Amino acid sequence: MTEVVKHPLAKYLRAAMMPHIWCPGCGNGIILNAFARALDELPLDLDKLVVVSGIGCIGRAAGYINVDSFHTTHGRPIAFATGVKLAKPDLEVVVISGDGDLFAIGGNHFIHAARRNIGIKVICANNFNYGMTGGQVGPTTPLEALTTTTPYGNIEHPFNLVHLAAASGATYVARWTTFHVRMLTMSIKKMLQRKGFSFIEVLSQCPEIYGRHNNMRTGLEIMEWFRRASVIANFSDPARAEITRDRIVVGEFVEMEKPTYEQLLHAKMAQIAEGEGA
Amino acid sequence: MEKKAVLTGVHFMSGDVACAEGAIAAGCRFFAGYPITPATEIAEHMAVRMPKVGGIYIQMEDEIASIAAVIGASYAGLKAMTATSGPGFSLMQENIGLAVMTEAPCVIVDVMRGGPSTGQPTLPGQQDVMQAKWGSHGDYEIIALAPSSVQEMFDLTVEAFNLAEMYRVPTLLMADEVVAHMWERVVIPPVEEIKVVNRKKPNVPPGKYLPFGPDDDLVPPMACFGEGYRFHATGLTHDEYGYPRTQDSDVQMRLVKRLCDKIRRNADKIIRVEEVLLDDADVVVIAYGIVARAALSAVRKAREKGIKAGLLRLITLWPFPDKHVAEAAERAKAMVVPEMNCGQMVREVERAAKITPVYHLPKLGEEPHTPMEIFQAIRRYS
Amino acid sequence: MPMTWEVPSQAGAKPKAEIHIIKDQCKGCGFCIYYCPRKVLGESDEINARGAHPPKVVNESECILCSLCTAICPDFAIFVKEKQCKDGC
Repeated sequence: MTEVVKHPLAKYLRAAMMPHIWCPGCGNGIILNAFARALDELPLDLDKLVVVSGIGCIGRAAGYINVDSFHTTHGRPIAFATGVKLAKPDLEVVVISGDGDLFAIGGNHFIHAARRNIGIKVICANNFNYGMTGGQVGPTTPLEALTTTTPYGNIEHPFNLVHLAAASGATYVARWTTFHVRMLTMSIKKMLQRKGFSFIEVLSQCPEIYGRHNNMRTGLEIMEWFRRASVIANFSDPARAEITRDRIVVGEFVEMEKPTYEQLLHAKMAQIAEGEGA
Repeated sequence: MEKKAVLTGVHFMSGDVACAEGAIAAGCRFFAGYPITPATEIAEHMAVRMPKVGGIYIQMEDEIASIAAVIGASYAGLKAMTATSGPGFSLMQENIGLAVMTEAPCVIVDVMRGGPSTGQPTLPGQQDVMQAKWGSHGDYEIIALAPSSVQEMFDLTVEAFNLAEMYRVPTLLMADEVVAHMWERVVIPPVEEIKVVNRKKPNVPPGKYLPFGPDDDLVPPMACFGEGYRFHATGLTHDEYGYPRTQDSDVQMRLVKRLCDKIRRNADKIIRVEEVLLDDADVVVIAYGIVARAALSAVRKAREKGIKAGLLRLITLWPFPDKHVAEAAERAKAMVVPEMNCGQMVREVERAAKITPVYHLPKLGEEPHTPMEIFQAIRRYS
Repeated sequence: MPMTWEVPSQAGAKPKAEIHIIKDQCKGCGFCIYYCPRKVLGESDEINARGAHPPKVVNESECILCSLCTAICPDFAIFVKEKQCKDGC
């Protein structure tokens, strides 16, 4: 039975901006889908949600989600989000960006925001390259992978993002792939209901560029890699959460409570106000 | 605003502190910065004062993060500021462009020091004044003010916030190390006497709001995050809805032209200068910042000696006071431009003065021009 | 609210499904077809506005409303709903 009927999640998307620009088989659409589903399943006040994105294919996501949104300069969504969250702590601030934007040019902002445990929620679409600009090497590109700027094979070791996030002080760290749609939605929901710096890495397929250069020409082939190689190892050591051709360790790695920046700031300001005899 | 936020009274304070107090008096409740000589004292003073007035202070990991956080706070509804010097100002340029493109009101203080590069961190300079106008890539107009006294460090910071809010543009306070570090008498008026302007808010419901749809003054009313408008803003070329329109030449033309016209067409309302003994002046000294203080002395000395000298002090550096310079040039025989750089604002003066001879008086290093140096130049060209 | 797969199914009883395919939104990635646990979908021969072959329903009665197709579609081009029936449909 086929009909042209409104999709149940359409209300979370900006109709004037759809359809999105992402390639056939691109994982970004699945991330958008999972995010919209999480919004649908939670009693959130969507007027209080702000989505901030950086530069890259996934950066367009901010334009597609029907909430207050901002598309910053390359690498800076987390710094921008810090200003938003501190100015209006009751806003839920979510950063959706890519591996290059968050961890190459934006790496410094990531580690400091994680260190501060500021209540920003970060979703990283990791597609192993810089897709928007045509497929250059990035900080998560696997060794020996072919990209336009590593035409002889990549000689740089990639980051282990969940290890980096955990080591920097993030209080919720998870990794899923776009195949793990249910767990991804679950993690996003969890993230939106907790306080403190939260990070979800989502392995996302880039068939048109990364896949094409690396023997996985269709979204399905990359998705099959995700499915076959993934092993769920919740709360295992993030330092050993490898991503290889045969093994992708996914799951939730960190979930803990630690005073957030906003909590400490609030307490300090109350102290100061008391001292002033206010 | 709580009464205790504004320190009404007569004070003896440094320029950096006066600047911070001016910001607080204007309603600034967010400061994000990074230490850099000679602006660090602004951050340190803000660290003490912001929590006391219910504002937010955060030291970010670098200057780029600082300006990004300031833009975020502005979009969340707060008046926000950062302060830096040359090296940090260079780092901030890309995001200053973002603030221009997304029309985010904010104030950036550049306490200029010797450059280029690391230069002379503890000594004054006026080497960033062209960068103030042209520092970020792309075509844009910006507002930049140059304080000449500690009182002006207070007053012009208030004015910078008002201009930023009125025109939805990042406004620069181009101070120099001397004005920032010297101590002078400052009068802080009572709250009721300080004029404070806030950004225009939309008067239509969410469905009807165009985040970048301008009013007649070319400035769009500004909704902020959390107010139910659910709008999108991007640094990409965008239409009135805020949606990216990167393939559309008409949209690009309209947007960039409006961002420039927003300032150009309102220039007469924005520009301020100080004119001293200008009406019959044969030799006009054009100066700004700390140099203008010495220039004033020199002009007075010249008058004593029978030379018809006058001072045109630039309070607004950008948009450049073309008309004021052109008018003064018409009546004058020569113009002298003392600057602590190798020739920056003098180019603008030459352009506006047209055929009137313009003489540059550069000085680099630890001291601003002395009144005697400027007086000798006046005498030479009179 | 429990997810579809969290509610234990009664043996033999399958919910009635309405499978909606928004044909012109499909980019032909094939995920829904490949990953449907019941092989309800197949590739159609028609070509949509994007030059892709959208899916078609080949086995509607097998659909168990798991909604994986709905969740894994990058383009919001397919979704399933439980058919609202009154007595015997």
